[in-house]
Amino acid sequence: MSWRGTLGPGWRLLLALLLALGELPQARGVEEDPVVEHDKNQGFHVVTFKWHHVQDPYIITLWILVASVAKIGFHLSHKVTSVVPESALLIVLGLVLGGIVWAADHIASFTLTPTVFFFYLLPPIVLDAGYFMPNRLFFSNLGTILLYAVIGTVWNAATTGLSLYGVFLSGLMGNLEIGLLDFLLFGSLIAAVDPVAVLAVFEEVHVNEVLFIIVFGESLLNDAVTVVLYNVFESFVNLGGDKVTGVDCLKGIVSFFVVSLGGTLVGVLYAFLLSFVTRFTKHVRTIEPGFVFVISYLSYLTSEMLSLSAILAITFCGICCQKYVKANISEQSSTTVRYTMKMLASGAETIIFMFLGISAVDPQIWRWNTAFVLLTLVFISVYRAIGVVLQTWILNRYRMVQLEIIDQVVMSYGGLRGAVAFALVVLLDEDKVKEKKLFVSTTIIVIYFTVIFQGLTIKPLVQWLKVKRSEHREPKLNEKLHGRAFDHILSAIEDISGQIGHNYLRDKWSNFDRRFLSKILMRRSAQKSRDRILNVFHELNLKDAISYVAEGERRGSLAFIRSPSTDNVVNVDFSTPRPSTVEASVSYLLRENVSAVCLDMQSLEQRRRSIRDTEDMVTHHTLQQYLYKPRQEYKHLYSRHELTPEEDEKQDKEIFHRTMRKRLESFKSTKLGINQNKKAAKLYKRERAQKRRNSSIPNGKLPMESPIHNFTIKEKDLELSDPEETPNYDAEEMSGGIEFLANVTRDTATDSPSGIDNPVFSPDEDPSILSRVPPWQSPGETVVPSQRARVQIPQSPGNFHRLAPFRLSNKSVDSFLMAEGPKEQPHTTLPESTHM
Amino acid sequence: MGAAHSASEEVRELVGKTGFSSDQIEQLHRRFKQLSGDQPTIRKENFNNVPDLELNPIRSKIVRAFFDNRNLRKGPSGLADEISFEDFLTIMAYFRPIDIAMDEEQVQLCRKEKLRFLFHMYDSDSDGRITLEEYRNVVEELLSGNPHIEKESARSIADGAMMEAASVCVGQMEPDQVYEGITFDDFLKIWQGIDIETKMHVRFLNMETMALCH
Repeated sequence: MSWRGTLGPGWRLLLALLLALGELPQARGVEEDPVVEHDKNQGFHVVTFKWHHVQDPYIITLWILVASVAKIGFHLSHKVTSVVPESALLIVLGLVLGGIVWAADHIASFTLTPTVFFFYLLPPIVLDAGYFMPNRLFFSNLGTILLYAVIGTVWNAATTGLSLYGVFLSGLMGNLEIGLLDFLLFGSLIAAVDPVAVLAVFEEVHVNEVLFIIVFGESLLNDAVTVVLYNVFESFVNLGGDKVTGVDCLKGIVSFFVVSLGGTLVGVLYAFLLSFVTRFTKHVRTIEPGFVFVISYLSYLTSEMLSLSAILAITFCGICCQKYVKANISEQSSTTVRYTMKMLASGAETIIFMFLGISAVDPQIWRWNTAFVLLTLVFISVYRAIGVVLQTWILNRYRMVQLEIIDQVVMSYGGLRGAVAFALVVLLDEDKVKEKKLFVSTTIIVIYFTVIFQGLTIKPLVQWLKVKRSEHREPKLNEKLHGRAFDHILSAIEDISGQIGHNYLRDKWSNFDRRFLSKILMRRSAQKSRDRILNVFHELNLKDAISYVAEGERRGSLAFIRSPSTDNVVNVDFSTPRPSTVEASVSYLLRENVSAVCLDMQSLEQRRRSIRDTEDMVTHHTLQQYLYKPRQEYKHLYSRHELTPEEDEKQDKEIFHRTMRKRLESFKSTKLGINQNKKAAKLYKRERAQKRRNSSIPNGKLPMESPIHNFTIKEKDLELSDPEETPNYDAEEMSGGIEFLANVTRDTATDSPSGIDNPVFSPDEDPSILSRVPPWQSPGETVVPSQRARVQIPQSPGNFHRLAPFRLSNKSVDSFLMAEGPKEQPHTTLPESTHM
Repeated sequence: MGAAHSASEEVRELVGKTGFSSDQIEQLHRRFKQLSGDQPTIRKENFNNVPDLELNPIRSKIVRAFFDNRNLRKGPSGLADEISFEDFLTIMAYFRPIDIAMDEEQVQLCRKEKLRFLFHMYDSDSDGRITLEEYRNVVEELLSGNPHIEKESARSIADGAMMEAASVCVGQMEPDQVYEGITFDDFLKIWQGIDIETKMHVRFLNMETMALCH
């Protein structure tokens, strides 16, 4: 076992790392003695069971798995999740699991510890919130948010604490070892609205964005207040009530500004660092997304180290960096960041709520005092409502968009408390705060009440009050343009009238940003494309491109995408067997074969293309490549460092330009008064004509392949006869079709066995297709050429056959069936008959 | 002291006309004098004195709007050479926030007025239609702040927007139908669902703010 010794340090390091994480589920119950095993080391064991070795990471992973699986379970029933918020479900699940664990070994082995919560679970959630913060909305409501976050939280803390103290003095709570400062301490930790709980509940409610940003922004920014109040009162409690002087109070107020502004500053600085770093990650695309997480996490830890507000730091890091980072990193990295962030955040959220449930199952932490618990619940609800009404009354005198009564109700009701309060209360020192257990129990009850009861009822409440919901609208170009014009007009009016308002400041900031910040923090290439209007335009174009291609797929050809002005183009058969169009479900081996054969096909195509307008080739290529990118990525290339090359950008640009032109053209045509549909129909006709014309081109270009000619003639002859009446003919035609293909692709003689083995058909042997229409069920129909084939391309059966089987081989099988109706079924079974 | 009396009379009249409070009017009057250099009227050149305006990409359009007879309610087209303080207030009144006390109808009216101002800015030849050319012109100016966007992109964006407008306003076009440009009704349609009345406003303060004028 000497290898273990050598590996030891490394492992220990890793274990130490995981142990830090492992405080979360410390499995104290499953203690084993590792020394015994070491001593008993007799000879070599083929298999050894080393539970203690993997215990901590194993348990952590298991818990994550349980939480994730639970989430799947919840979403199996749409009915449940639409009524009950997920957070409430998770808490209940946690209670059940905690009960099970408790029943198993009577020790509360797993609890949510403050370390784990503050270091590992909270940062991803807050970073996610900051990084995806709608900046403009946030900053235009910043005043309101700050008022609620600062004054509101102080108000809540003070009134709750003092009122509880008042009731305590009246003797209603019985005998408790609590002083005024303890009550204030408790008030300060229970006062803050929790970002995690608010996010979890409000994300499902979909209130209008202003209301959301106010509640959510408050929950994020009140952290500084909570931290300061908590620290101040905790130190006061530690000092003892008599020794607190006025200077200490003053220090507390000063520390509020230091903590909040310092935290913000740390966040902003790290945001600039992050933006600056991502400017140079062009050649390390694979680790690009990592920077976002690492640096923003560093901002969190740094401010924690300096005892500043860590939540504010990471929030502002996310808010400030998002613009530059999104512009700097590649599309793929951006997607990766987005998904990773969402995954981490929602994973952390899941775990938090589940452990909030589990942590409650521990008789040792419970101490019940009915009056205290109930009064706390009453006070936090009542004082929040009063606070909101008072502040809104002040705010409405200054706000343009008034906060109405309904909004105020939702805001008061949305004051959910959550894991932050729990983690803070667990942090209390029991020697100093004698009634810690009571505080903990009350906090748990408060959290459960707000998250479960208010979370459950807020949705019906919002519906009942008819709160303005958020509406998801498609990005409209006109809207964006007018919006932009508006910004400029408003700031100009402010300039002219000599006012300094929002618009003035925003305008100044965006000028500053454009002139200096963006130049430093953004890649040169990104500076170009960062304009929002361009983005919207780009988006719309892409959507258009996709719908064009979808249309093309439906019709079986991309040809109609081409601009009507270019007449010399040849149809682009969508059904051409390219590796990119092979359906993903086909096994890899088959795909390999296909692409191998396709090479020939492509070269063939290339020859045809040489006469083509190159531009159109580009269109086709870019459109197809772009749209089928996911399928193309099944390349046998592995590299840890290289990801998709720059081509995508080129493609994007190309698509952008193409569709732009396309839009232009169709605009012209609208101007000319051509109906879109009519135009399409016209195009379609032209396309068909083109096909007809072109069908002769490949054959003519390849004189070596005389069998084709023969075959085409033969086909034509057959076509003239009535195929529906002759079942035997089917097989003949089928093999003929195969032979034709074989000829085209391999230049082999017309021989059916070779045709059958032709790998081109391999994808058609897809069992799913086989099962769909078993040949024995409809032998007569199997070979009837489709109505369309006969009607539309009568002169070129060869062409038709070249198309048909390949169509089967690509994804469009289903769409074909849908588009063409049951008449197309024979095609689906076409490969089937090759087996016969 | 007769002059003072008549001045307050004038102010009262302006309050009734424009809806500004007398404090605001006084404030704006001070600004007006600053801009005009103590003259009774403002000419286009006076706006060059506002340094912050220089960076505004659509500066010329905005300044023009101040002299537009349509906005001044003085005629269906054309530009005024100079505007008086009352005209100045008339323009500024387009940007007054909506009163909370207003009923639905008044809000709609106010909204229409605001949009009309915007429409006039786009429709530079006063023919009641924003043609493609005019639209392109505006978009080009709008995007001129970004040196990286070529003119061509700006044009195609305008084209795209125009197409979008056509599809919003006319829907499926008949064959041989021509979409000549955005009329005011179409313009209203485009803006449907966007609460412009909360967007298009400037907070006019009663107190004196920094004077940013050379």
